[in-house]
Amino acid sequence: MGMYLLKTTAFAAGLALMAGSVAQADEGATLVINEELTIATTAKAPAHLENIDEITSGWIYRTKETQALQMDDFDNPAFVFVDIALDLWNEVDGTEGKSCASCHTDGPEEFAGLTATMPRIDKDGNLETLTEVVNRERVEKMGAKPWKYSKTNMASMTALIGLQSRGMPVNVAIDGAAAPFWERGKELYYTRVGQLDISCSNCHEDNYGVMIRADHLSQGQINGFPTYRLKNAKMNTTHGRFKGCMKNIRAVPYKEGGEEFKAIELYLASRGNGLTVETPSVRN
Amino acid sequence: MKIIIATAVATVLGATVAMAGATKPQDVAFEDGAVAVSVSGTAGDAAVGREVFANRRLGNCLACHVNSDMPELSFHGEVGPPLDGAADRWSEAELRGLVANSKQTFEDTIMPGFYIDTGYFRPLDDFAGIPILNAQQVEDVVAYLLTLKE
Repeated sequence: MGMYLLKTTAFAAGLALMAGSVAQADEGATLVINEELTIATTAKAPAHLENIDEITSGWIYRTKETQALQMDDFDNPAFVFVDIALDLWNEVDGTEGKSCASCHTDGPEEFAGLTATMPRIDKDGNLETLTEVVNRERVEKMGAKPWKYSKTNMASMTALIGLQSRGMPVNVAIDGAAAPFWERGKELYYTRVGQLDISCSNCHEDNYGVMIRADHLSQGQINGFPTYRLKNAKMNTTHGRFKGCMKNIRAVPYKEGGEEFKAIELYLASRGNGLTVETPSVRN
Repeated sequence: MKIIIATAVATVLGATVAMAGATKPQDVAFEDGAVAVSVSGTAGDAAVGREVFANRRLGNCLACHVNSDMPELSFHGEVGPPLDGAADRWSEAELRGLVANSKQTFEDTIMPGFYIDTGYFRPLDDFAGIPILNAQQVEDVVAYLLTLKE
């Protein structure tokens, strides 16, 4: 009891210091976007999850102010980048004189549902991410140079494509040809790394919902990626976020677009099977 | 960059060498998770330990533990147990063991070992082969924890 009083006091002191600029996270809030699209921020855990009964979107762990930014597209800063992507969509690039729009004549809407199933197995049996699909099309169809994995143009384009699946349930395949990649991702998820010797699961499975200093630990779900982070005021990709997490625990990050991060992305996406695609989300 | 790292490592090594009688991380003797003897060979300074406890680049213990001795600092973490009254629950040797490498007491704990220099994978270059805290900092934190009585 004394402990809880103390925590409340400490937290109140923190609030006072920050001049009331933050409010406590509202874990019971409902996410409705533009007053019309209701997002399932909790869902029954998929069968493969052994240690969690309910999966939860990272949105519920954020402050009321951060939560509000995602509830209206006019307030959501990620839409600046969605607009950038719309310009890129129509921009001719490469030796073939084409833009995305040259082939995809029905617009980005053609990709409704795609993000909800990514990453997936390609025709050659390899695991492919949405980022790789975009770059493959740029190289093979447009004769253009591939974009860097996590830079603004790519993060914006994958946000635009992801937006077309917003409101749909995450549903990535983990069986068949995807199984070995999924197993690899699961293995990495539970492997401790870095000088701090910590695995993804230590924080995001064993301790979600509690504070680690000023940060409220979430389940590490990726159903809102790419996400706009207030911390760096830009779109953040999953692989970019993994990199940041690894540096925090003083580990050498795996390579963006490399087999480890792709496998982790598949495994994490599958931990969110049943949640709703929120792309582009807003986080702290 | 390499020069900076080399200098940092040299500084850490130098500090360790300067402490006569310090025990290297791999030579620390654990008995049922406890470490009976000072790893630095000297007594800890509780006032310094209090700073190491709070400092985000050193112990950062507050990231995971509530500590009502530090009401001036906001955002006490909740990952580990509160440390109020820690000295009533643990002996000096047990506290030293918990700080140096708590996995010797709680096998699957999330808590990092603060005085180990091997056994972890893919450390960033700046942190490879060195413990999070040096021997004297471990003793300083232990001395501070021994002041936490209810």
